[in-house]
Amino acid sequence: MSAEPLTTFESSLDELGVELVQTTSDQFESTLVPLLDAPAVGTPLPFENVSLPDAVEGDPTMQELETAETGVTAAGYGIADYGSVVIQGGPDGEEPVSLYADEHVAVIAGSDVLTDMDTTFDRLAEDIRSDTGQAIIATGPSATADMGELVKGAHGPMEVTVVLLEDR
Amino acid sequence: MSVDDRQRKAEHIRHLLETEGNNVHENTQVFNDGRYESTADLDDYDGLKDEARAIKEDTIERLPELLDRVTEAVETNGGTVYLADDAADANRYITEVAGGRDVVKSKSMTSEEIEVNESLEASGADVWETDLAEFVLQVADEAPSHIVAPAIHKSREEIADLFNAHFDPEEPLETAEELTRFAREYLGEKIMDAEVGMTGANFVTADTGTLALVTSEGNARKCVQATDTHIAVAGVEKLVPTVEDLQPFVELIARSGTGQDITSYISLFTPPGDSPTFDEGGELGPGDDREFHLVLIDNGRMEMREDDQLRETLYCIRCSACANSCANFQHVGGHAFGGETYSGGIATGWEAGVHSQESAAEFNDLCTGCSRCVNACPVKIDIPWINTVVRDRINQEDATEFDFLVEGLTPDEEPGGMDLQKRLFGNYATLAKLGSATAPVSNWVAGIKPAQVLMERFVGIDRQRDLPEFKRETLRKWFEARGGSRVSPADADREAVLYPDAYTNHVQVERGKAAVRVLEALGVSVRIPEVASSGRAPLSQGMIATAERHSHEAYADLAEHIDAGRDVVVIEPSDLAMFASEYEKFLPEESAERLDSNSYEIMEFVYGLLENGASSEELRAGDGERVAYHSHCQQRTLGLEAHTVAVLDELGYDVLTSETECCGMAGSFGYKQEYYELSMDVGGELESQFRTEDARDRTVVASGTSCLEQLDSLLERPSQHPVQLVDPGR
Repeated sequence: MSAEPLTTFESSLDELGVELVQTTSDQFESTLVPLLDAPAVGTPLPFENVSLPDAVEGDPTMQELETAETGVTAAGYGIADYGSVVIQGGPDGEEPVSLYADEHVAVIAGSDVLTDMDTTFDRLAEDIRSDTGQAIIATGPSATADMGELVKGAHGPMEVTVVLLEDR
Repeated sequence: MSVDDRQRKAEHIRHLLETEGNNVHENTQVFNDGRYESTADLDDYDGLKDEARAIKEDTIERLPELLDRVTEAVETNGGTVYLADDAADANRYITEVAGGRDVVKSKSMTSEEIEVNESLEASGADVWETDLAEFVLQVADEAPSHIVAPAIHKSREEIADLFNAHFDPEEPLETAEELTRFAREYLGEKIMDAEVGMTGANFVTADTGTLALVTSEGNARKCVQATDTHIAVAGVEKLVPTVEDLQPFVELIARSGTGQDITSYISLFTPPGDSPTFDEGGELGPGDDREFHLVLIDNGRMEMREDDQLRETLYCIRCSACANSCANFQHVGGHAFGGETYSGGIATGWEAGVHSQESAAEFNDLCTGCSRCVNACPVKIDIPWINTVVRDRINQEDATEFDFLVEGLTPDEEPGGMDLQKRLFGNYATLAKLGSATAPVSNWVAGIKPAQVLMERFVGIDRQRDLPEFKRETLRKWFEARGGSRVSPADADREAVLYPDAYTNHVQVERGKAAVRVLEALGVSVRIPEVASSGRAPLSQGMIATAERHSHEAYADLAEHIDAGRDVVVIEPSDLAMFASEYEKFLPEESAERLDSNSYEIMEFVYGLLENGASSEELRAGDGERVAYHSHCQQRTLGLEAHTVAVLDELGYDVLTSETECCGMAGSFGYKQEYYELSMDVGGELESQFRTEDARDRTVVASGTSCLEQLDSLLERPSQHPVQLVDPGR
């Protein structure tokens, strides 16, 4: 990937108040662990030579989900223009893990950061046609203004961090 | 409308202005400002809107075929599609599927339209609204006041009082954060326990059966994930052909609505979903035998599709831009500017289509046709036109008795029995002619108390309004008496026809004279022929047949001048807007285009002359004169505010422009007894801007007649048209 979408991605995330942490597959574990607030839950990561550290419960019970401070999942794509991450997946539990914990840590491959919405929808359409049942374009934390003022963290996470694997 | 009805309506509006107006105003303005800002960031906003519009046009055109397609796709995925004829049919099906199990819902206006909660509750199920605003309303037992932010009329304090009274928490709730945490926890339990999750859908793709949900809280995701049965409710018009077609909508919907670039979550579900769900023991178990039911609702939509005038309503993506950009909505909200379910400008089309014309009639008058929503709509729906059409239909329906007296007096095409107030304002051109012919007697009569009381009683003109004063010497008479144009066509650089609109000819005669002098000073030979009134007045009262007749006559009166190479110059922006927009609907395409491309707003024309070499020294220089300028709503929709500002700038005036969408007068609206207070409340915004320290010593200038009248009643300073400012004969 060119440096350009990554620069845009970073500034878009910054505007949303989302921290972007760049690392490599070798350094992944040592980068991730300090970012975690315990207890942490997670789902399997699909990147070569990258896996969840032991500190992250990979097969959480409902109780563990509810009390989790951090939820770690992979993200299928990043969208540079918007600072969005696309949470895909199903049976492994990406949906509940990215929703219930107070903080969602999305792990994304550098090569999956796409420039804009147009490119993203071309990819998403392909994925949906090859049976990826679910894709959430998530931009920043969950939020509501329904109680009279803006509050971060409505039914979903109040904080989001993106960990980007530069060599993936 | 009877005297009592008008008073009741005025009373209802007054109550809302006092109780909900401030909250609605504050929030809709944040949304509206956000829309301007966020859409400005797009590289090609207009192109994106065209794309979205084209997709919706295509979808509605091919709807039967796409319904077959989506059914096939959902069934192939393992779900079920139910096409419900109406609300009762949908409720019967949904209640059967739910089978008395508890239901957690995410926000869906379509589910409000069919009132599914009542039906489910009658079957013994508990139904929980998990969207926080909908939850507030469920607790308060109130209806939404806005289609996107349903509890927009409630302040944090009011919600805290409500929750503290209803739930009696150990520690009283106070901050927005505390209220949110409390609701999240409370509803979290309901979500865990429920077996049925109900969502709406902002879009449904026909090719793959994918639902797109535009949300921010995350409750829709939870409602789907935590339950075994997913029921999605959507109107048939929510389809788009393919997944790729979602892109322009995803980029436009939040920008147009709440003014965010995008909401927190755009969920693309292709159900039945396979995320792990909670089993009875509360453990996460496999979600691979989830049931999915897509309930697509007709409820009048297929008939709207056959209706040439209402069809456009089906392109609506419920973004709320037409509510947020509307001055009247900003001040009263959806509890006045709304029907049984929907609110805002487009609601007239929805209510007439899915509920009834009576429901639309309740609030349709609140659309003044100011057109500020037109450019805000992401699918380019002509929302004022839909309001006009429905108003026309309501007029026709009211016309049951044949009233020979009124029929004989009014030169319109409308049937007898129509609302007298509307008829009076719709025939303004005739009234103006009579008024000038009998002035000053007509003005004395209109100005005396008993006459004003009678006017209020019989036609509903509020007695607190001063009526426009008709001038005995019309603009045309003055022009004739001075011997026509002082610049002969032979010496002229250009020839122009100054369109003698009813206000300029009979009431605001001075701005007409100023226009003549300004044009002549710039080397233009002027003519003021007799031209039929544009039809704006009858159109704004929903008298379409009359407006159409005017359009044919006005075109016939002007066509020859255009053929002779003369430009048509218009002072009153609402008449120019008729030529530029509504005439498309009345005249052959070529004629409408010819008139449009040869017509100019007066200051736009002056701008063009100056750009093409005319000398600005011929006009009255500003020498730093401080001016506060309020452009006209329709003029701004046509993109013509800038020309006036540019001319004044060039001439050395120091210009401050108003920041409101509309002055609140909006033609006849502010004269009507039932809307007088709302009109003054809307005008209050303009008033306070023009009373600030930076503005209070400025000369007040406005382009529209009704804006000038409103400003005159709001401020002590007199106001004038910008052309009077630059008039060398001033």
